[in-house]
Amino acid sequence: MPMAASEIEMLIRAALPDATIEIRDLAGDGDHYAARVVSRRFEGLNRVRQHQLVYQALGGRMGGELHALQLETAVPDGDDR
Amino acid sequence: MRDVKERIDALVKANDVLLFMKGSALFPQCGFSSRAVAILDHLGVPFETVDVLQDQEIRTGIKEYSDWPTVPQLYVKGEFVGGSDIMMEMFENGELQQLIGAEA
Repeated sequence: MPMAASEIEMLIRAALPDATIEIRDLAGDGDHYAARVVSRRFEGLNRVRQHQLVYQALGGRMGGELHALQLETAVPDGDDR
Repeated sequence: MRDVKERIDALVKANDVLLFMKGSALFPQCGFSSRAVAILDHLGVPFETVDVLQDQEIRTGIKEYSDWPTVPQLYVKGEFVGGSDIMMEMFENGELQQLIGAEA
């Protein structure tokens, strides 16, 4: 069951209010997305912990309702790569 | 759940580079698993794979074990490294080569 990009963004923003969120629908089918999330909450966390925060925000939809979400996370400014 | 956790523990400890994936290294059954295998192939290091499609218990158990909702999942020297996005990012900046000890 596909999810709208706006719904994904809303869920992430609810958990990470300061985040800059970019979402692309990769295949145009509402089922394969790429997201880039930049948030201060990621500071001091390794990539696994950063991605886990986003997955938690999606509340169990990842891997189920939401099949494919390529995820890139970063801390604002300096550590942006 | 205890049994499957012990099974996964044993697998992770017995293999320096272990990829939980959908399908086999030769015939990946999902684009993300395919990408993960391609990265490891490119590094030219020996690695083992576990096909979660062949083992329902591991398929659900690994998500809880790693607190990670999707497959593929890479373990190196007993530590969870991440999924295919993290693998790609670490491959591109050379961290994965360093972690696995591959020749650049």
